[in-house]
Amino acid sequence: MKTSRLSSFLLLGYGIFILAFLYLPLVSVGLASVSKARYLSFPIRKYNTGWYGEALASDTVQSLLWISLKVAGIVTVSSMVIGFLGALAFARYSWRFRKGFQKLILLPIFFPQTVLGLALLMWFNALGIVPSWKTAIIAHLVWIAPIATLIVSIRAFSFDPSLEEAARDMGASQWQVLREVTIPLLMPGVVSAGLFAFLLSWGNFPLSLFTTGADSTLPEWLFAKMISGYSPLVPTVGMLTVAGSAVLVAAGLILAWALKRLRPTT
Amino acid sequence: MRQRERQLGALYALPLGLFLGLTFLAPILLVALFSIMPEKVFELTHMPDFSAYRVVLAQGYWKSVAWSLFLAALATAILLVVCWPLAYAMAKVFKRFTLVLTIGVVMTLFVSENIRLFGWVLTLMKGGLIEGYFRHWTGIGFDAPLYNVPVIVFGLVYVYLPFMLFPLAQGISMVPDDARQAAFDLGATRWQILREIELPLAMPGIMVGSLLTFVLAAGAMAESKLLGGRAVITIADEVQTAFTYGQNWPLGSALAMVLIAIIGSLAIWAISKADLDAMMGRKS
Repeated sequence: MKTSRLSSFLLLGYGIFILAFLYLPLVSVGLASVSKARYLSFPIRKYNTGWYGEALASDTVQSLLWISLKVAGIVTVSSMVIGFLGALAFARYSWRFRKGFQKLILLPIFFPQTVLGLALLMWFNALGIVPSWKTAIIAHLVWIAPIATLIVSIRAFSFDPSLEEAARDMGASQWQVLREVTIPLLMPGVVSAGLFAFLLSWGNFPLSLFTTGADSTLPEWLFAKMISGYSPLVPTVGMLTVAGSAVLVAAGLILAWALKRLRPTT
Repeated sequence: MRQRERQLGALYALPLGLFLGLTFLAPILLVALFSIMPEKVFELTHMPDFSAYRVVLAQGYWKSVAWSLFLAALATAILLVVCWPLAYAMAKVFKRFTLVLTIGVVMTLFVSENIRLFGWVLTLMKGGLIEGYFRHWTGIGFDAPLYNVPVIVFGLVYVYLPFMLFPLAQGISMVPDDARQAAFDLGATRWQILREIELPLAMPGIMVGSLLTFVLAAGAMAESKLLGGRAVITIADEVQTAFTYGQNWPLGSALAMVLIAIIGSLAIWAISKADLDAMMGRKS
């Protein structure tokens, strides 16, 4: 029962249509960001990239950028470490509460993020911690560290335990096994988990909303501007954050491709 | 050997386990405790009186709950139909294009939901991408299809498409080609193959995709705020309002507990049925 030429062709068209559907709003934002008019209306009459210069020169945007970068950077490093250790417990070793641990990790991913952000705000308040960008890191990690763990686990599941045993039989210490066998084998998973962690933190809004206190991240600022009326800086800053993600994804893909090229056997 | 595995497993689970205990389970417990406090208090030192739950029942908050669940169910049903052909093609028909689609769809997840929904406002609004060019070319304008219930469903379908597409494609890839071929050779129609072979065998993927979509959509609020102009107030929105403008933590907590109970019981039911080892391909 082969799929006919015609239906393959139709399905391909449908796939392209869905991709276009997913990217259409970004096209609008992109066009809006280069429109010269202060009050946007299509069709755009005059194009101009001046808003980008204005956005990049603005102190507000620079400090937002810096806060978003700090949060995403620390979330990335922390979730790589937590995700690596968590994945070993999740996938590699058989221990008593493994099934329960696996289920605990899935719960935060399903949880509504707005409610999680509010619950954390109450929790920080009860502990006497003043919310700032540092508490936002904790909030992001509640959601992102489990995702990172799952990503590393996919790698850890396809990992042959006899490699570790062989190293141990040859007299390697626990630390040497970890350093020489386990870490290098799981590294691709850890790197992709880090990439996901950065991108998810960079774009996150609902968790940041309640947990950054007086500080603000880029998505938060964008949201505040969106609901308070149109500003030409909204599409511009929006496109800047999209460009940031795109550059990182491209770098990740090139890295993956280069590694595949260099080591075709693995 | 076994002994060492057990110790190492518990040791490596410790950082994430402790972290989630302190930053996920403890805050939920705190919300549960606040939800039984008298109204408008900010400490837990009062006598519990469950009055916030009475307010939830008396003041029509059930409408928000019902709307959220209805919109989520509708979006899930639409997504099943929209994603099925594409997921099928990704699993069985496309070769290289599956990778292109996967990367293309995953990348949208990294763009803040706000920006994408804002993009739809710019696309659909009067004088936006669609209406603006349409009027420019034909001279006929029309009203923006914004700020109503259908556009909220549209927003949910848009935002949660990847969460249906990937589990569905995974599910369909588990349908053996032989089974379809055999049914076809025995004279089954395309429709019979779908109903008798593909749907039952792809059921794990269908369940995971539907649950994920439903649970996420039930807790959503950005779609109704940005696209829907709050034509419908969702439950997550009510929770936020009670905490922020209302300054009524016990009411907000009680509303949150209603949402947590619905989503939590669905999620726990689903998770307890799933065998993660088998799903993720554990070898030993």
